[in-house]
Amino acid sequence: MGDPTASTTELTGGAVGRRRFLTFLVAAPTLTLATTNLVPEEAAAAEAGLPGLPQPADIMDLGDVLILAGTPTAHLLTLEVTEDGEAHFELPRAEVGQGITTAVAMLVAEELDLPLAKVRVRLADARPELLMNQLTGGSNTIRSVYGPVRRTAAAARARLVAAAGVRWDLAPGRLVTRDGAVVAPDGRTATYGSLTSLAATLPLPGLTAKPKPESEHTLVGTPTSRIDARAMVTGAMRYTLDLDVAGARPTMVRRPPTINGTVRSVNNETEVRAMPGVIDLAVVPTGVAVMAETFGQALDAKDALDVTWNGGTVDSLSDADIRKRLRAAALPFAVPPLLTLHVDAEFDFAFVSHAPLETNCAIADVREDRAEIWAGLKSAIVAKQTIAAAIGLPEDRVTVHVRQSGGSFGRRLFFDGALEAAQISKAMAKPVKLMWSRIDDMRHGRARPATHHKIRATYALGRVLTYEHRVAAVETDLRHGLGEILTATAASLPVAGNLSFAQTVFLTTVKVPYDFGVVTELLNEVPLKMHTASWRSVYSANTRGAEEILVDELAKKMGKDPVAFRRTFLKTDRQRRVLDKVAAEGDWGRAMPAGFAQGVGFHDEYKSCTACLVEIDARDPDEPRVVRAVIAADVGRPINPRGLEAQLLGGLTDAISTTLRAGLHIDRGLPLEGSYSQFHYARQKDSPLDVRIFIMPAGGEPGGAGELGVPAAVGAIANAYARATGIRPRSFPINFDVDFTPFPR
Amino acid sequence: MPTYTFAVNGRTVTVDAPADMPLLWVLRDRLGVTGPKYGCGIDVCKACTSHLDGEAINPCVVAVSEAAGREVTTIEGLADGDVLHPVQEAWLEQDVAQCGYCQPGQIMAAVALLRKTANPTDAEIDAIQNVCRCGTYVRIREAIKRAAAKM
Repeated sequence: MGDPTASTTELTGGAVGRRRFLTFLVAAPTLTLATTNLVPEEAAAAEAGLPGLPQPADIMDLGDVLILAGTPTAHLLTLEVTEDGEAHFELPRAEVGQGITTAVAMLVAEELDLPLAKVRVRLADARPELLMNQLTGGSNTIRSVYGPVRRTAAAARARLVAAAGVRWDLAPGRLVTRDGAVVAPDGRTATYGSLTSLAATLPLPGLTAKPKPESEHTLVGTPTSRIDARAMVTGAMRYTLDLDVAGARPTMVRRPPTINGTVRSVNNETEVRAMPGVIDLAVVPTGVAVMAETFGQALDAKDALDVTWNGGTVDSLSDADIRKRLRAAALPFAVPPLLTLHVDAEFDFAFVSHAPLETNCAIADVREDRAEIWAGLKSAIVAKQTIAAAIGLPEDRVTVHVRQSGGSFGRRLFFDGALEAAQISKAMAKPVKLMWSRIDDMRHGRARPATHHKIRATYALGRVLTYEHRVAAVETDLRHGLGEILTATAASLPVAGNLSFAQTVFLTTVKVPYDFGVVTELLNEVPLKMHTASWRSVYSANTRGAEEILVDELAKKMGKDPVAFRRTFLKTDRQRRVLDKVAAEGDWGRAMPAGFAQGVGFHDEYKSCTACLVEIDARDPDEPRVVRAVIAADVGRPINPRGLEAQLLGGLTDAISTTLRAGLHIDRGLPLEGSYSQFHYARQKDSPLDVRIFIMPAGGEPGGAGELGVPAAVGAIANAYARATGIRPRSFPINFDVDFTPFPR
Repeated sequence: MPTYTFAVNGRTVTVDAPADMPLLWVLRDRLGVTGPKYGCGIDVCKACTSHLDGEAINPCVVAVSEAAGREVTTIEGLADGDVLHPVQEAWLEQDVAQCGYCQPGQIMAAVALLRKTANPTDAEIDAIQNVCRCGTYVRIREAIKRAAAKM
């Protein structure tokens, strides 16, 4: 796609060091650019210089791994300037509500000096040539595209300026850009739209361009509303099932009574085929698919099916068995408790559904010689490859469109809906519009695995000497391309030995932010054939959440206030500033009525850190409510503070839900919960009345932020609950009765 | 099959449908009105919240026959052309939406509440059951109060 004419951009400093980049013109009638790396990557590990004994995630976190894996293809990000003066950017990531299209549009607008309203960001189709650079996860989008997007836009601006210089016969250095136009010293202006054709054809071999110094940013870093907000509030936003794809009819699947069960026989196919609106029926690996004129009729028909099922993969398992296995799997501590003062604690966390509001869904049109898929996909390339193999077509005959979708929280790392839709479309030889019912989404969808935690800290003379955390978890399915990424970057990883992918992910995402002497955190997984997936903050919500509870208990044993204790043991002043912010703004230590209490938590991941202070009303320990929250976050360089606040708010609500009431009970091979009336994700009445969020000023490169908010809030809420009630929570969610009649299997 | 005539967002429509077919599927699959979303099908998540003669309903559990001769308003019918409803404006000002999937229902629930109560209390806002899985509740509350102040 390159052109012999090229220009260079430079970026100095930052997490991945000084590099030079070459920008290529893409053959097109209007200015279309791509940017590449000239210099081989240096591992980010080389820049680690942390005092003390760093943990692997201090040296190189999962985000660094994703950036490293994606760097060889980072240049394949393309930007076009159209004749009507708009900039169109194709983002190879999935927008699921996290606001990345807005943040990327801001970066483009900033660098081009173009009004934000003139920037369009479209989600790219699955592009296998991007190799490992089309995975949306690990809070990594902004971290990975911040440099490449700015460099590409800077090169575009330089070309537009050069084109104006040619047109006016003026040196480019005398020209400035403003509001989507190039401006000459005499006041003449030329819009980008009027220059783009010329800019696309000029030979400019010596052109160099640098992104703006960050000190000159006027849009980036300022609170900005979402570019898609209007479509969302008017109902104009088109999610996958709102698309009108020719011939694609509503389709649903009758699923087995236990996870991974299979169809033995369909006993009333004729009757069901004769039901109103029913168009077709097919047995697929996951169940029995029914197509009808409307989803209502497909739902009725699937419910009317009489199917004999083969068993599933975990039919005999219930929560008690799983918990027993987890307890047995937790690795032993190294330090005996006999000779030292110590704190021991064990914690259990239930399975948690991702439960995005838009259930699993996809549109698939599979033909003899080609296929087209539409779905919300965070691992689009692996989805495309897997679907092509499953339906027996070459990869290049399968087009996969990534649709903006209604939430993910990790769920859409997996493409089971898209794969199933393709299988049904092939079996029926018709285009299908597949929707999962809510009940199926909760029972046969994915979940955060249950975990068990053992923590031991020893201390003496005001110092913490050792800190050990043993995590046993039901296996988290990471087979969405992460394995390939870890293999490709293996030589650079800060871990050694024959670790599993999961252990590598654990060690590159979880770290103790405190100077606690000799620290070891180890993961041991129990492989169960269930549908699991990373859930917002992966291992950290539970692992770090439990640790923040233990920190409070350790502080108490050592006679310290929870905030003062954390201040003493946090590793950096940057971390302390975040903690101090919530303590001051939240009026830490203020008198509270009986049954109310404050609680605090801290978390550091992906080059960002956050503290959360909550106040809980637990006068009725069975009906606690977080009534107030103060959050501070330092994400290095905020692109859109308003979007960051939204992410932190989401993390807080996730923490309220999963800490207090929301989880899945596994009963003989199936979750009992089947809707939001049973899986108690927070509602308005569970949400605090007063939340204040403080984004710390920019001071470096962007860190990760999408998952940052959960773990600190888990700790803060549990700690507040403990202080308010005197009950030390050990099992989460805290209130987890089966307070409903389960739906039939 | 029986025929039902009713208004959707000011437009009169006539559909052939079984009497008990949920209005949600008539709207989405027959009429192409996709603003109301499926989230549970059993009146729990409230993502499909719309109005029937100005009152909040959940079309996933309202039979099409109940709509006959009446006025259905979905999120698409809330604005007056390009002029947004004050609640929609407030939603933009507070930048409420994240994934956006529940927001048509949230907005329609808020509009219905404000029709009944010009200045809702926190307890009245707490009574809104609509699920927002992204956890935007704090901004929803602020937006409702802002809209109440405007109206």
